[in-house]
This record gives sequence, C-alpha cells and structure tokens, in this order.
Amino acid sequence: MATSPLLEILSRGRPAEAHRPWPRFVVGGDLWIALTNGLVERHWTLAGLWGDDGAVHMALIEEASQSLAIATYDCPDGRYPSVGKYHPPAIRPERALHDLFGLEPEGLPDTRPWLDHGRWPVRHPLAAEPAAGTEAQPYRFLPAEGEGLHQIPVGPVHAGIIEPGHFRFTANGETVVRLEERLGYTHKGTERLMASMPVTEAARLAARISGDSTVAYGIAFASATEAALGIEVPARAHWLRALMAEIERLANHFGDIGAVCNDAAFAMMLAHCGALRERLLRAAAAAFGHRLMMDRVVPGGVAADLDETGIAAIRDAVRIASAAFPRLIELYDNTASLQDRMIGTGIVSSALVHRYGCGGFVGRASGRGFDARRTLPYPPYDALDFEVPVLNQGDVGARVWIRIREAQQSMALIGQILDRLPDGPHHVPATGSGPGEGVGIAEGFRGDVLACVAVDGDGKVRRCHLRDPSWFQWPLLEAAIEGNIVADFPLCNKSFNCSYSGHDL
Amino acid sequence: MRKMLLNGLIHPPLTEAGPTADEIAALAAELDHAARRRLGRSLSIREVDAGSCNGCELEVNALGNAFYDLERFGIRFVASPRHADVLLVTGPVTLNMKEALERTWNATPDPKWVVAAGACALDGGLFKESYACAGGVHAVIPVDLHIPGCPPTPMQLLAGLLALMER
Ligand code: SF4
Repeated sequence: MATSPLLEILSRGRPAEAHRPWPRFVVGGDLWIALTNGLVERHWTLAGLWGDDGAVHMALIEEASQSLAIATYDCPDGRYPSVGKYHPPAIRPERALHDLFGLEPEGLPDTRPWLDHGRWPVRHPLAAEPAAGTEAQPYRFLPAEGEGLHQIPVGPVHAGIIEPGHFRFTANGETVVRLEERLGYTHKGTERLMASMPVTEAARLAARISGDSTVAYGIAFASATEAALGIEVPARAHWLRALMAEIERLANHFGDIGAVCNDAAFAMMLAHCGALRERLLRAAAAAFGHRLMMDRVVPGGVAADLDETGIAAIRDAVRIASAAFPRLIELYDNTASLQDRMIGTGIVSSALVHRYGCGGFVGRASGRGFDARRTLPYPPYDALDFEVPVLNQGDVGARVWIRIREAQQSMALIGQILDRLPDGPHHVPATGSGPGEGVGIAEGFRGDVLACVAVDGDGKVRRCHLRDPSWFQWPLLEAAIEGNIVADFPLCNKSFNCSYSGHDL
Repeated sequence: MRKMLLNGLIHPPLTEAGPTADEIAALAAELDHAARRRLGRSLSIREVDAGSCNGCELEVNALGNAFYDLERFGIRFVASPRHADVLLVTGPVTLNMKEALERTWNATPDPKWVVAAGACALDGGLFKESYACAGGVHAVIPVDLHIPGCPPTPMQLLAGLLALMER
C-alpha cells in the first residue's frame, strides 16, 4: 500500500481499540483542525460526519492510498471546532448533528435546524439527556432579492409518486437564480431506534433506510457488524450479496433511465425500461423470495441460499434485458428531441463533485471516478472483472450515460458471479464477542453507503450511523439547476435521483 | 424507433390478468358497501408519501408498467389532491409530515377515501416506537382500507384498489 499522509497525521492521535477493518483515532483540537485543512486542500475526502455521546466523528477517505479512517473529537463540554466553517460539505451534517445531539459546532456559518422541524416531543433526541420539544419556528429561507425576482415554493407533497421534500426556487422569469432545498420531512428517528437493539433486529431497520438501496444498506450494515464482532462470513455469502447488489443496481438503473426520459416527455423509454425492471424484480422474488430483496442480507451472511430455479430466473431476466438493451440505447441516442433536453442541462462541475466527495453516477458523470467496489474493494469485487465508467460533461445526458454503461457492467457481472459462485454455507451465526466497532462500505446504485456500528458486550448496537450517498449529492442539485429554466428541474432532479429517506433517516 | 413500434404491433402485450375475484373480495369485505357504490368504475388517486423508506413508492410506481397497466382498470394517479377521490398513503407518518398529510386530506374534496399502504402505514411498523413518528396513518386521518406488505407487491396494491371499486 502507498504511504498515507492521512494515516500519518492520524497516528499522532490515540488509536481506538477493536475498531475494524479501518482504524479510528481520537484526536485533539490541533489535529482536528489539521484534518479539516486537509479536506479544504483536497488531500482527502469527507465520507461522513456524525455525533455520539459527547463526541463527534468524521470519516475520511484518501483515494490515493485506498484508505479510510475515522477521526473522533471528544467534546465533554458539548462544543467542537466546526468543519463546515471551512469545508461547506460538512455544513448540513453539522446542522443535523446539532439537531440530534445538541453538540455545538463552533463557527458554523449556518445554524438553522435541519432535520428538526420543531415537531418532535423532544429536542436533541439522541443526546444522553434529551430536552423537551419547543414550538415550531418558521424556517428562514435564505433571502434572494432583486428586481424581477419571484419565488416558487414546491412541496413537501409533490405532484408525482415521489418522496417528500421542499424546494424553494427564486426565479427571474423562466430562469432559476437560486434553488434552496429543505429536507428532513421523512426523518423517522431510525438511529435512536437502532441503539440497544440486537444486531439482527437493527439490520431490519438498516434495510429500510432507503428502500431502493436495501441490499446496499444490508451489505454495509452487515459488514460493519461482522467487523465489530469479528465474524468471518463464508465466501458464498459474499458472492450472493454481490449478486443481489448487481440486480438491485440494474433494476434501479433501468427504472431511472426510463424515468429521466419520461420527464423529458419521451414515454416510450419508460415503458420499455419499466418492463425490464419488472422482469428483474420478479426474478429476484423467484430467487430470493422478495422483489426488492429486503432482509435478504443479514449479519452473518445471507438469509436464504440460491437454488437452480432462482439461478434460471435470474439468467432469464438478464438474457432478455441484454437482448433488448442495445435497441433502447440506440433509440435513446438517436432521438434528437430527447437529446436536446439532456445535453447541456443541469451541469455540475468536476471541482464541485470532488470537493463534495460526491459518489455514484452524479460524481462519475463529472469526472470523479470513485467507486467503493474499486477504490476500497470488498469481496468478491476484488476477484471480479468490471469497469467503472467515468465521463466529464456533468450534464443530465452524462448521468444517463453512466447509468447505461453501469447497467451493461452489471449484466456482465451477474453472469460472472453466477458462473463462478463458490459452494459452501451461505450463513454463520451472527454471534461474536463484543464490545467492538466496525465500519462497512458498499457501493449502491446511487453511490457509496457508509455504515459505522459500535456493538456492546451483549451483542447489542450501542450506536449506529448510516450515511447515504445523497448527503453529498443533494447540495449539488442546487448548483446544477442554477441558470437553467424551471421546467428543466424535474429532469435534473430525476437525473440525480437522491434519496430523501436515506438522507433524513 | 420504427422497428420497435412495429414489434409492439406484432407481439402480444406484456399486460397480465388482474388479481382474482377472491383476492379482491377479501379486501372488499373490509369496506362498507356504500363507499364502493359511490366510487363507481373509476378512481383518481393522489399518492402521499408520509415518510416511507421509498420501498412502497417503488411498488406503487410499478403499477404503471406494462405488466400491470393500472389505467386499464379506470384507475389513475392525479397530481393534485383537489382532483382525487382517494388518498393512497405510505409510511409511518413522520411528525415532520403530519401537517402536510392533514392539509392534503383537507384539500381533497368529499366524498373521499383513504387507503393506507404498507406495514408502516398500518401502525408505524418498525418505526412505531420512534419519537419522530405518529404511528400509522389512522393516527392522523381516518383510514378506509389497509393494504398489507413491506412493501405491498403491485398485485396486492391492485387488489386493494380494485376492492374500492367492487360492488
Ligand atoms: S412498509 Fe416497508 S417498504 Fe413501505 S415504507 Fe414501510 S418499511 Fe418501507
């Protein structure tokens, strides 16, 4: 492994015991600030920032050395030096952390609440001693003033069958001058529910953070708990997990490609892609007993083994999809009216995706090649042959093309996995010796899902944090729409397809 | 494109038979007769995500694909509650969504029906005990029909919606 300046700095802190597979260090104020500077200077990337009982953690990824590490700042007095003050991607996580734990980020430029809309019976629900709830205050949207400007409020209930969130547009005629998002409507208090649950029960909640990525969450959570408990998962389980992950990716990409085209008023793609998606979900139901494969990844392995009927169903669905897909790509590429809507719409710059550590198709359409399966490889991807497509245009069209290429890769990967599926058990009991802490990362269709789990001596979750890729994609949607016309917002939004529930938790 | 359209003419459609009479009858039994008579043979539905994990939305969306082709039954999703006969609500109703759900319900003209879809919508499901959830749709607005499942499959959803129209 290459030398790692990140680990060098961190090693000046105090290493936490039994933290696997990546290390965690408790650092003081100087190191915390040095790490923040490293983020600003782009030596490493912020992969998450969350609270704990009297402490703040941040996960950092250094791509060059393929390392991930966690830094902890203990703050018994309830204050810590704000990272968001210097590094904007940390602003929303710090606002959320304040809502949940009441820890004060010193110097944070935006102190408005984020997840807490003033509707809960408690304040700081995850703190050791939550306070009583207060009256809801009106939310102060950022001012946008100038001649000819008007505001358009949208949501939280939207016109389509999608998740709830609020968008506040400031427009000059047709052109969007600014978009401000307000999220948190689907906050379900999942992280507090998980605390003190046995890991197998908490896994069911992890599977419901964002239903469209249930397999990715399952893998991230299971690997984190297995690392914490020191459990070795059998090879077959790893391969079956990857099989489900690729089916999930493929099904979602088909759904998205169809839906983006539909938002550009080209319904034919939606009809065809929707049928391919449906066939895959049916194959998943036949193979694993659930269309979305919820609760099929469990700590210790997978819930049920795959039999010949299941294999045949998957092969069938993929065969039909690979036969139909080239014609759909041609149709997509050759329809001028469709391309006219896609090309040059909703551009995100490469500098922004790098600064935000933005993953998935949003990052890869703007030149950031990060893919957890490749950069921080986990089994069985280290033994599989696949490409990570990257483009530089950064527009809606590029985000669709990344999905198209990834769908092709996933179809090939499913074939490889089925051809080489190792024999053996698919599960071991999820009992091990706690206490321990573990980190898991999995590449979902939308990007990298990070799970950090601390398990106590009884095998129960003490603290679990799950970070959706959307945290670092939502802010870029605001940038993408700027200067575009209001009517192109649905198209831009769909091309991002961020998760509300995954973000709101 | 021409070839694909031609193919569409030659090959039989993917659309399958709807749910069986028994499946529908089981759910129809839950509803009072008068409600069903008033709705007749067509339904306009406004979907409201009241804090779901988005799994339910995926399956509601699937109703529109060629295999289920919801619209052949006279059921369609509308963009505004003011055009709706039915609110199809998913999720445990987070407290942050409670007011939006109430306002959507108030904006829906009478007579109206509420269908709660999914385990969360029934009683909060796994999120029942949370400080941030109301604990199911019935805790906020009156519910006429519940469709089980986590998430309900498109067939279960279809059976539930057809039950509303059965006489
Ligand atoms: S019922 Fe299941 S799929 Fe639907 S919102 Fe709840 S957890 Fe998600």
